[in-house]
Amino acid sequence: MAEDAEIDEHGAAARPAPQSFAADMPLLRIEGVAKTFGTFRAVDTLSLDIRAGEFFALLGPSGCGKTTLLRMLAGFETPDEGRILLDGKDIAPVLPHERPVNMMFQNYALFPHLSVYDNIAFGLKRAGMARAEIAARVAEMVALVKLEGMEKRKPDQLSGGQRQRVALARSLARRPQVLLLDEPLAALDKKLRESTQAELMELQRRLGTTFIIVTHDQEEAMTMAGRIGVMDAGRLVQVETPRHLYEAPATRWIAEFVGDINLFEGRLTAREHSRLTVTTAGAGALMVSELWPPVTKDVVNVAIRPEKVKLSRRAPAVGEGAAHTINRLDGVITDVNYLGGLTTYKVKLESGAMIRASAANTARLDVDAYLAGQRVVAWFTPDDCLVLEQ
Amino acid sequence: MSARRIFARPARFAAIAPYLWMVLFFLVPFGFVLKISLSQTAIAQPPYTPVFDLAEGWQAFTAALSQLSFENFKLLISDNLYILSYLRSLVVAVTSTLILLLIGYPIAYGMARLPQRWQGVAMTLVIVPFWTSFLIRIYAWINILQHDGLLNKILLTLHIVPAPVVWLSTDSAMYLGIVYSYLPFMILPLYATLAKMDTSLLEAANDLGASPREAFWLVTFPLSLPGVGAGALLCFIPIVGEFVIPDLLAGSDSLMIGQTLWLEFFTNKDWPVASAAAVALLVLLVPPLLLYDRLQRRQLEGGR
Amino acid sequence: MASRVVRITRFNMTSLALGLAFLYLPIVILVIYSFNASRLVTVWGGWSLRWYHEFFNDRAMLEAAWMSLRVAAVSATLATLLGTLAAVGLARGERFRGRALFSGMLYSPLVIPEVISGLSLLLLFVALNAERGFWTVTIAHTTLTMCFVTVVVQSRLTSLDRSLEEAAMDLGCDPVRAFLLVTLPLILPAIAAGWMLAFTLSLDDVVIASFTTGPGSATLPIRIYSEVRLGVKPEINAICTLVIALIAVVIVVASFASKLSSSQGESAAPL
Repeated sequence: MAEDAEIDEHGAAARPAPQSFAADMPLLRIEGVAKTFGTFRAVDTLSLDIRAGEFFALLGPSGCGKTTLLRMLAGFETPDEGRILLDGKDIAPVLPHERPVNMMFQNYALFPHLSVYDNIAFGLKRAGMARAEIAARVAEMVALVKLEGMEKRKPDQLSGGQRQRVALARSLARRPQVLLLDEPLAALDKKLRESTQAELMELQRRLGTTFIIVTHDQEEAMTMAGRIGVMDAGRLVQVETPRHLYEAPATRWIAEFVGDINLFEGRLTAREHSRLTVTTAGAGALMVSELWPPVTKDVVNVAIRPEKVKLSRRAPAVGEGAAHTINRLDGVITDVNYLGGLTTYKVKLESGAMIRASAANTARLDVDAYLAGQRVVAWFTPDDCLVLEQ
Repeated sequence: MSARRIFARPARFAAIAPYLWMVLFFLVPFGFVLKISLSQTAIAQPPYTPVFDLAEGWQAFTAALSQLSFENFKLLISDNLYILSYLRSLVVAVTSTLILLLIGYPIAYGMARLPQRWQGVAMTLVIVPFWTSFLIRIYAWINILQHDGLLNKILLTLHIVPAPVVWLSTDSAMYLGIVYSYLPFMILPLYATLAKMDTSLLEAANDLGASPREAFWLVTFPLSLPGVGAGALLCFIPIVGEFVIPDLLAGSDSLMIGQTLWLEFFTNKDWPVASAAAVALLVLLVPPLLLYDRLQRRQLEGGR
Repeated sequence: MASRVVRITRFNMTSLALGLAFLYLPIVILVIYSFNASRLVTVWGGWSLRWYHEFFNDRAMLEAAWMSLRVAAVSATLATLLGTLAAVGLARGERFRGRALFSGMLYSPLVIPEVISGLSLLLLFVALNAERGFWTVTIAHTTLTMCFVTVVVQSRLTSLDRSLEEAAMDLGCDPVRAFLLVTLPLILPAIAAGWMLAFTLSLDDVVIASFTTGPGSATLPIRIYSEVRLGVKPEINAICTLVIALIAVVIVVASFASKLSSSQGESAAPL
């Protein structure tokens, strides 16, 4: 009764055909979309293409606008600028309940007054499916998320992991073209999160549905997604495969946000073929391989991931020729952190700067383990470093 | 856990004084009502003959038991006046509760949909009239509804009615007064359940293909039922025994039970029959009272 | 957030506005008419303080008003004391024998028809052979209003973070001191709200006062009630306006005080 004014005049729009085969048209195209709340620009003219069948992750710190973008895709927010095309059609006028897109909510948003069965059947009933068909589909979904025998339970009689599965089954039941997942694993503990990640990937592969997941956990994004879009302050800063994102981050911010990294600021002093020499205050002259596109600035950062930094007691033997040139830094170990699978070290260089290194613990007994206070040589090849201009 | 136990002892100690107070001034008086409802009417002051005297002890008590008189209750059942006023009380209470629900729900819903900082303001605005005197608010309506009152004047100037309408001493005036007085009691529990409802549930319903109207009936309304129950009981129970509003606004041809009780007591000075009417009214209210008590306790003690 | 799904619609807005207008309009009209110079209640004769003047020369009314104020002040104070103690017992006493009876006795007066409460208390006073007047009305009002105080204070106590008390005890307070130093300052706004509620409820009551008062000591609502039964009188408009003004002052002062004393943003709204 209180909702009269919200009733739309559209009626139930027919579902768009599954997916067009237009050659280079992506399933979902986001074109210059922006959204402002008051004076806060949550999403700032953002464009992105997502192909059918992709597992795409939107990664970013909290408040970067990733959830707002997701909510615009679901239809809960309307973009102030730009267009969102699904299958080539602008979905701005399509109300959330008529979009072939479903969302799995961060807190699951299970209806507390309905059983597992009725929660999963909710969307199917709205679609006007026949009773027998609904029963079949619910059974299929319950089997898919391995919740057989739980159909009659209410959400408050389920564990956190089971609730997560119900939410997943409910959002998949309508066979959406795109499934949006808002921090789907945030409420689970670490062990459960890992096994659920694997199950989600397996499910996505089996169904072929396009998944768009929002997360602030880079490990989660790297594990599951085929491509990751990194967001900061309402903008997409890089869209890449997990490997590329980690090994070739576009900016210093991304390098630091995704994983751990050592950074040395310096000046470009020489360029020989594709070999650059950067003179840094912290680590002296470092040799770096140049990637595409070429470096244009003078003041740059040399970035090196800790696991690419090797430690040894003596300087490694160096072969003849430029190809085998390596960067060698002398220092003293100040910190050793044993983490089980790997050990991290902090090495204080002669300049006073610190460099972090990590090594896998490949042997159970390591009589030769490095100790704090020990003098070591930290070394890495030019191919292991990156030059970051911003 | 054990810190709580350490706290519990002095807390229970604190409860002794209010406990004794409530036993003396709430529980014991009901004993008197019961006792006097079983007594005979007398002309003397106080207008009843005590069936037994506390001072005479147990013997007198057993002796008194044999003289207990159910005459007053027989009168209640046999006299149409009483049966009719019980029925009228129930009809008035049910009707008013339904009207209150119909009016109160959209208001509470609107409040719950306001931006957070306006919700507090709206809540205060709903509560404030509840603070201003109930009698004054009824009186304010008499001002408006009387023969040459504001309502008739407006209706006459707009040529909606040809002659002044009699509003006072009608059931419509009484319903208006009841709805007006009890509206905050209906709105507040409704608002409380609607405001704490997780809005992502509505979005989920919408996402799964429910139109806003369907989402309301399938999600919001079922989940607000505890609030509906609390609001309805909070209004229904006192309305059944309402006295001032029907006395001032309704006509005198049919009375509610509260009025009958008042009449027996103050006009006819028949205390035993008035007491019997009170006992009967209380019995009538026991089921909704128990239900209300359960809801209250669940809300106050369980809702953490 | 201005979500597309959960948003305020024109229908929501209208029902809210109409609802509030319905609640306030009659009171506003009453206040305006209290300044009417005309004897006929509905004929506007210009602004005047005539009816206020009349009230201040009406000895009987003034006496009733004074009686009501005294009853309200004393019973509200007693009720706040007893109601707070009861709330502490319920919210912090865990399980104890007679708890169900205790909470039952405290919750039922909130809804039990006033005719029943009034009648039962009168029968008690008659049995005790108490002289009816100021004290009987005060006791009756204390009994009714302490239940409201209990509800207000108890809900505040229940929502209070219990680890605050535990921290106080951890830092060397015994339970009583932890309550006085930590809990009490935090629930003070609720206690103030409870007092105000008790005061206004007492100032408002006709039915219970009619039963429990004696000859010659009528309260203001009893007087107003008997006048109103005879018809509308402009003087009543003036008295009602004064009562509303008094209550408004009490609310404003108390809410200001509670805002000052509570560092948290939580409002001490009753019920």
